[in-house]
Amino acid sequence: MYKILEKRILAPNIYLMDVEVPRVAKSAQPGQFVIVRVDDKSERIPLTICDYNKEKGTVTIVFQVVGSSTMKMAKLEVGEYFQDFAGPLGQPSELVHESVEELKKKNIVFIAGGVGTAPVYPQVKWLNSLGVKVDVIVGSKSKEFLILEEEMKKEAGNLYITTDDGSYGNKGLVTDILKNLVENENKKYDLVVAIGPMIMMKFVTKLTKEYGIKTVVSLNTLMVDGTGMCGACRVTVGGHTKFTCVDGPEFDGHLVDFEEAIRRQTMYKTEEGKQLLEQQEREEGHVCHVGLGGEE
Amino acid sequence: MDRMKKIPVREQNADERIKNFNEVCLGYSEEEAVNEASRCLNCKNPLCVSDCPVSISIPRFIQCIKEKDFKKAAEIINEASSLPAICGRVCPQETQCEGKCVLGIKGEPVAIGKLERFIGDWSRENNIDLSVKSERKNKKIAVIGSGPAGLSCAGDLAKIGYDVTIFEALHEPGGVLVYGIPEFRLPKDTVVKHEIENVKKLGVKIETDVIIGKTVTIDELMQEEGFSAVFIGSGAGLPKFMGIPGENYNGVFSANEFLTRNNLMKAFRNDYDTPIKSGKKVAVVGGGNVAMDAARTARRLGSEVHVVYRRSEEELPARREEIHHAKEEGIIFDLLTNPIEIIGDENGWVKAMKCIRMELGEPDASGRRRPVEVKGSEFIIEIDTVIMSLGTSPNPLIASTTKGLDVNKWGCICASDETGITSREAVFAGGDAVTGAATVILAMEAGKKAAKAIDELLMNK
Repeated sequence: MYKILEKRILAPNIYLMDVEVPRVAKSAQPGQFVIVRVDDKSERIPLTICDYNKEKGTVTIVFQVVGSSTMKMAKLEVGEYFQDFAGPLGQPSELVHESVEELKKKNIVFIAGGVGTAPVYPQVKWLNSLGVKVDVIVGSKSKEFLILEEEMKKEAGNLYITTDDGSYGNKGLVTDILKNLVENENKKYDLVVAIGPMIMMKFVTKLTKEYGIKTVVSLNTLMVDGTGMCGACRVTVGGHTKFTCVDGPEFDGHLVDFEEAIRRQTMYKTEEGKQLLEQQEREEGHVCHVGLGGEE
Repeated sequence: MDRMKKIPVREQNADERIKNFNEVCLGYSEEEAVNEASRCLNCKNPLCVSDCPVSISIPRFIQCIKEKDFKKAAEIINEASSLPAICGRVCPQETQCEGKCVLGIKGEPVAIGKLERFIGDWSRENNIDLSVKSERKNKKIAVIGSGPAGLSCAGDLAKIGYDVTIFEALHEPGGVLVYGIPEFRLPKDTVVKHEIENVKKLGVKIETDVIIGKTVTIDELMQEEGFSAVFIGSGAGLPKFMGIPGENYNGVFSANEFLTRNNLMKAFRNDYDTPIKSGKKVAVVGGGNVAMDAARTARRLGSEVHVVYRRSEEELPARREEIHHAKEEGIIFDLLTNPIEIIGDENGWVKAMKCIRMELGEPDASGRRRPVEVKGSEFIIEIDTVIMSLGTSPNPLIASTTKGLDVNKWGCICASDETGITSREAVFAGGDAVTGAATVILAMEAGKKAAKAIDELLMNK
């Protein structure tokens, strides 16, 4: 059992939790993920690690309510427990293998979409702690759903914010910002790291391919065990089948078969949607802003 | 009573059981067990014992059943095995103990497995505590993996006084006993949980949610956490795929995923959150016990199921009992058939599988006749779900994060058959992690042998 030490609502239906899990905190590195389970009857849910504190033995997760399982998670309060919290899983970000000198020479831009801002944050923070300033583009549905803005501002070199409805920052998509930076502001990037909905990562890689900029994406596939024993999370990268949980979650975006990855994500969509609706009906007066898509 | 014939064991009938996940075999009653036990000739030189991988004193416990001293029978089995209710159910007795029974020459061998199971179940139902306490030795041992190899190694070490901690990656201990073998062959809440509780009663601690190589490494366990020796029983959990076109369409699963969703996550029950999809018409590719388990699970989820296997019935590697049960349950066997492509619809869901007919050629190195494609015999079967059950290999995670631990070209950890000694000092290994996918009882045997070797190493230090 793993105790929740802090809980914050970052935006409607987006929650942050600090969980006491010393073994995971001790080994965690940027880019990795955990698998959590609320109680005996729950699913195993993969979540990217958003922050960790080795001294306090805590790991921070950020999640959005998109189905019955994340709804269960959202109901947990400070002092309550996750039944299971396993990790860190997956490969750390490739950046951890490079020397500080190499990193300092690079111009890097992170592109975060929606709740994907949360896993971008620890990487930006970790780079800043080494004295490497990076640009960050954050895209959100609207001002209401923008998360971790203050935190990100402290760690990023330049922070560019865009909203779909124009309620804050620029109006438009993250790709519009990147386009403007590269084409009009003469920014020369050596590396793009994009984390967000599959569809966003797909369009980022399409654009960066034109520019010839190396692009890393972090895939959020379906998972069961998260340790390589089932292949539920398999994706095609450069023509080869890879397991996201052990070979990823980060891959070269230009080699990922996004059509397939997006399609595989929908495998249980009807089941998830059905359960969510049933649960909402049972809960009187509960207003949920989320569609059944589960992506945005 | 005909001495040459086994006392038949009661089973759920096939029409009924394909609608539920309850155990198929109902086991012996006391009276049936006593009658079956009385068939045993109590051989002076019992061949059954020599073919039991953990050398249970078979005639001795069977004589106790005959005399209705079930507790004594339980104590005798416990000298060699802590998991009788499990082994009695899942061991391939026909090639082990029962295969050597003298009665089997002219008639049917004694139902040793069913008798062992009877005693395991009887002990549980009557709360028999068989734990033995011995003097504590002040030494910590880490066991990696809580499957049959890890459980037997940990149990044996705890019995002789070591301070044992099992590290398990999943949220529930048991390994293949909980995620792989279905409820209808091996009930989880009663049988598996109880036998794991028995291992805990010996003083063994189990830490779940710990992935060795990620959460903590073997080197850290030994250098920072004070473990004197490590036993690796991490199994062979890495699924194989065929590498044919279309394998990533929606509706193609590894047997591991399909069975894990159903057994560990209990997807077949409405009150559990994990979903599962089993289509109208399912093809299970492969012919081993795992293929039978996946096929029979899909059948219970309401599907028409075909087992697609490239050799003939004779070569099916699954246990005869399982093939028999599968057939009774209406599973169709498409033999001498090999898939060459999976075909999807416009939305990327499986709609058919292209197969080719096979014929048997010359025997290969393993002595089995090699299947050869019949040219021009391609045909299409319409299906909407494919479950790949082609075997598994060891997960490379532990070997790749443990310095100086040698593996062979199949990714199996190199370890001695007799002792489990690896290339790393004080690190032992056994079970499927060493042999590749094998049986529950062979993993238990490897765990026992390693426990003995670990004790010898630490006693001489």
